[in-house]
Amino acid sequence: MQAVVVEGLRKNYGRIKAVKGISFSVAKGEIFGIIGPNGVGKTTVLRILATIIKKDGGNAKIFGYEIGKDDEKIREIISYLPEEAGAYKNMRGIEYLKFISNFFEGCDIEKAIEIANLGERIYDKIESYSKGMVRRLLVARVLMAKPKLAILDEPTSGLDVINANEIRRIIKNYAAHGTTFLISSHNMLEVEYLCDRIALMNNGIIVEEGKPEELKERYDAENIEEVFLKVIK
Amino acid sequence: MKIAALVFKEVRELLTPATILPAIFMMLIFAGMGGMIGGMEKKAMEKPNVEIITHDNESYASFYTSILKKYCNEGKENIAVIEIPSNFSSLIKEGKKAEIHIKWLLKGTGIAESASITAVRKAIEIANNELVAKIVEEKKINASIIFSPVEYDEYTIIKNREVAAAPEKIISFFSSQSMSIPIVIMIMIVTSGGIVISSMGMEKENKTLETLLTLPIKRSYIVTGKIIGATIVGAIIAFLYMLGLRYYISSFGMQEKLAGFNLNGIDYALISISLFFSLLAGLSLCLVIGSFAKNYKSAQILSLPVSILAIIPMFILMFQDFSSMSTPLKAIIFSIPFSHPMMAPSLLLLDEYSLVVYGIVYSAIFSIICILVATWIFKTDLLITGRIRK
Repeated sequence: MQAVVVEGLRKNYGRIKAVKGISFSVAKGEIFGIIGPNGVGKTTVLRILATIIKKDGGNAKIFGYEIGKDDEKIREIISYLPEEAGAYKNMRGIEYLKFISNFFEGCDIEKAIEIANLGERIYDKIESYSKGMVRRLLVARVLMAKPKLAILDEPTSGLDVINANEIRRIIKNYAAHGTTFLISSHNMLEVEYLCDRIALMNNGIIVEEGKPEELKERYDAENIEEVFLKVIK
Repeated sequence: MKIAALVFKEVRELLTPATILPAIFMMLIFAGMGGMIGGMEKKAMEKPNVEIITHDNESYASFYTSILKKYCNEGKENIAVIEIPSNFSSLIKEGKKAEIHIKWLLKGTGIAESASITAVRKAIEIANNELVAKIVEEKKINASIIFSPVEYDEYTIIKNREVAAAPEKIISFFSSQSMSIPIVIMIMIVTSGGIVISSMGMEKENKTLETLLTLPIKRSYIVTGKIIGATIVGAIIAFLYMLGLRYYISSFGMQEKLAGFNLNGIDYALISISLFFSLLAGLSLCLVIGSFAKNYKSAQILSLPVSILAIIPMFILMFQDFSSMSTPLKAIIFSIPFSHPMMAPSLLLLDEYSLVVYGIVYSAIFSIICILVATWIFKTDLLITGRIRK
């Protein structure tokens, strides 16, 4: 069974056609990246698959559950990290993890503390955390729930090299242990390093899809950034 | 368990020094003002320090001085010097008006000074009345007939009920009941309503709402958690305000009692139910409004209509009884769910149970509609995109 199957997915915001009938699939245990510049519809696709917003057309299934019909079942097996998300500022890091653990069965808080790697600061209020610390806490929150599918919107956006590298390492490690990842990013070099397969998105449609190495070979490019530029030319 | 976690989250986020400190500060201000007013009233009841200089030892002057001394202290830090001239008694004997000289010794211009001045004037008024009684009784006339030749035997009919009291006393009694309750309810609605709307704004701004919407819980749980959390925080804040306000109002000596007008256990239960549904209606309405907040800043503006809805009935009900309103005004006041707990104590004192029960039923229906609308909004795109797509 495929982890994610998307067929002809469409979403409009009034007259604006944000997603224009895209299709793709993600295998179990795969890290799949949707990449493209800002405003091409990446976040919209992730929000639909995370059951936050409704689709206007097409079909999408997550581990066999249909988006729009089985949303409550889907929420039990996914975990979503919004772009530039924060956490509840008045809570302490540990309280936040415990709060989220109330909603998922079998949460491993000790493991989450290890992933967050905040040391004694896990007992401090979140409002005192840096951006990188909050992001690590949120990634820990996502993985703590042991989701079948982790949906991460720009997981390293705004982070410094050290924090970004740490988060990429965590994602790779979890994928190796069977978690499926669906990631969006406008950082094409990062996705090239991180993802098993990628979909290049532009103007609400997927313009190319494949393994990073295959795409580079197909377009005779040195990196995915170059591939993207050649594809949209 | 899941709802409990959501409620804990709401209370943890909302019960911050930023929300509690202003309430404590206001409580202390009210309590301080009450203490000052109470102190002034106490001072006005105390014997003022006065120096009495008498140049006349005749009967009327001696009598007048003895009354003044009964109601004033002669000591240090006098507020006034009262001088009784040598011709005081002789002028009265001749049937002429006597004169006394009062020299006020003001230490400052603060309002607290006026309490002692009032006490001196009261002592002089008593001395004058006693002197009148003495003069009249010397002429073999009953002084009490001169002062009060007619006695009243008055009854007041209110809502088909005969009460052996003057109407002013009844109005004063009901005013004392209806002054504090509308203020406290207004504060509670405005504070907890503002909290719900701000919470929505903060959740959107921090994108914690997106995380919340992907948790495996029913959307109605999220709505319920927010409403209960805000109710708890709102109740704590209102309690703090009420403590200060109660002390402030009691300092005026307004907690009068009137025979035949009492609230029993059922009445208090009805007031509590009315307050609960009114608060529920207000908070669920705020949750609907808060759904339109884009961020914390816009949430502040959105809380204004709810504040206005709470302030309107407060002002009107503080000065006007529901039954004496015009029909359109009655309809407006009844349609605002916050009016009902404000009106409930006065209505129950007059045994008008039906209006209280109708108010509870109306508030409950209003709450259910708002909660259903809020739950529906939580199931649409509106929360995230600002557009409705069910």
